[in-house]
Amino acid sequence: MNGIHDMGGMQGMGPIEVHEDERPFHAEWEARAWGLIRATGPFGPTRRRNFRYEHENLPPAQYLQMQYYERFIKVLVDRLMAAKLLTQAELDSGRADPASPRSTPSVTPANIAEQLARRRSLRREDVKIQPQFKAGQRVRARNINPVGHTRLPRYMRGHRGTIVADQGVFDFQDTDAEGYTLPDRPQHVYTVGFTARELWGEAANARDMVHAELWEDYLERA
Amino acid sequence: MPSDVALRVKALESILVEKGMVDPATIDAVIETYESKIGPRNGARVIARAWVNPDYKKRLLADATATIAELGYGGSQGEHMVVVENTPTVHNLVVCTLCSCYPWPVLGLPPTWYKSAPYRSRAVIDPRGVLREFGVTLADDVQVRVWDSTAEIRYLVLPERPSGTEGMTEEALAALVTRDAMVGVAKVSRSGGAAA
Repeated sequence: MNGIHDMGGMQGMGPIEVHEDERPFHAEWEARAWGLIRATGPFGPTRRRNFRYEHENLPPAQYLQMQYYERFIKVLVDRLMAAKLLTQAELDSGRADPASPRSTPSVTPANIAEQLARRRSLRREDVKIQPQFKAGQRVRARNINPVGHTRLPRYMRGHRGTIVADQGVFDFQDTDAEGYTLPDRPQHVYTVGFTARELWGEAANARDMVHAELWEDYLERA
Repeated sequence: MPSDVALRVKALESILVEKGMVDPATIDAVIETYESKIGPRNGARVIARAWVNPDYKKRLLADATATIAELGYGGSQGEHMVVVENTPTVHNLVVCTLCSCYPWPVLGLPPTWYKSAPYRSRAVIDPRGVLREFGVTLADDVQVRVWDSTAEIRYLVLPERPSGTEGMTEEALAALVTRDAMVGVAKVSRSGGAAA
């Protein structure tokens, strides 16, 4: 979707807070929020839905105003409520409804290390598909505007680039309008290089390049 | 006084613990992992090894995932690693314009600025301006290569080894390498910390 999250190339967002030490959390609540998200299972109870699409659907003003871990907590709460595992009354009171069912955590201190370390590769070594493009070939990013989740940034659409590398076959991550990942569409993913001038015009430095990994469905011959 | 969001997170945690959905000890273990095991010191060891060992560097640039795994780092958000090398004529910068994709096993969780609108929006259209904001000014004839991590590849920048470090041990070199240098918004200096 053409949402606020797809912000590559926007201007006027203000200065970057460049002075930041290397600690992962800068407030106790950030640490608890991240721990809570990981301890609730792989981003909550409904796994088929694309977690990122739920972030992208937050109203733009809210998206920009919320802190990063605050957005994660918001999506987790929305998921738990949609799954009827949490109610607004509970959130308001800060106490679990005594009548609500009690469960046992699936993520535990005993298995959390393995959960955090686990590889979750989308690469499909088992799928053999002939690639449509090869390194060095000129391509154009398609001008598409899907309403679901997509990994083709707006600022690349319609522009011509060059295939830098074929990264192999990966599961497609685009979703339908409900946020459900489109099934059965594994395909080659390519690293594509665009000149800064192709993307941003003659004022850009003639040497500079911007690269991204793009699924084959996003590309056409140029 | 705790902020509104801090209170909400606390309330959510106690509700989910009461329901038996979450074990607070698991939350503690997650925090402990990211505070002491998964972070940019891992990446710094990879960089220092590449600086002192030409064979390791060659393999790192050819097959980053396997070569990083030799030092024991891998897993979630590091499944498909690519290392890009800074040279006197090429400077690499990593961003995720759509979200916050970042190589966790070697750099840990991304800093706030990496996930922020100002960085995500401008890194692709004005990388040189972004670099100046971080205190790095590049000559016009240095090529900037921006890597927007849109899919499953995660990038680590191999910064230039600073001059005057020829006699230093691998461990001492690793201490000079900053998180920011491995994202590409800083250079490494002989004295450590941000280089002007």
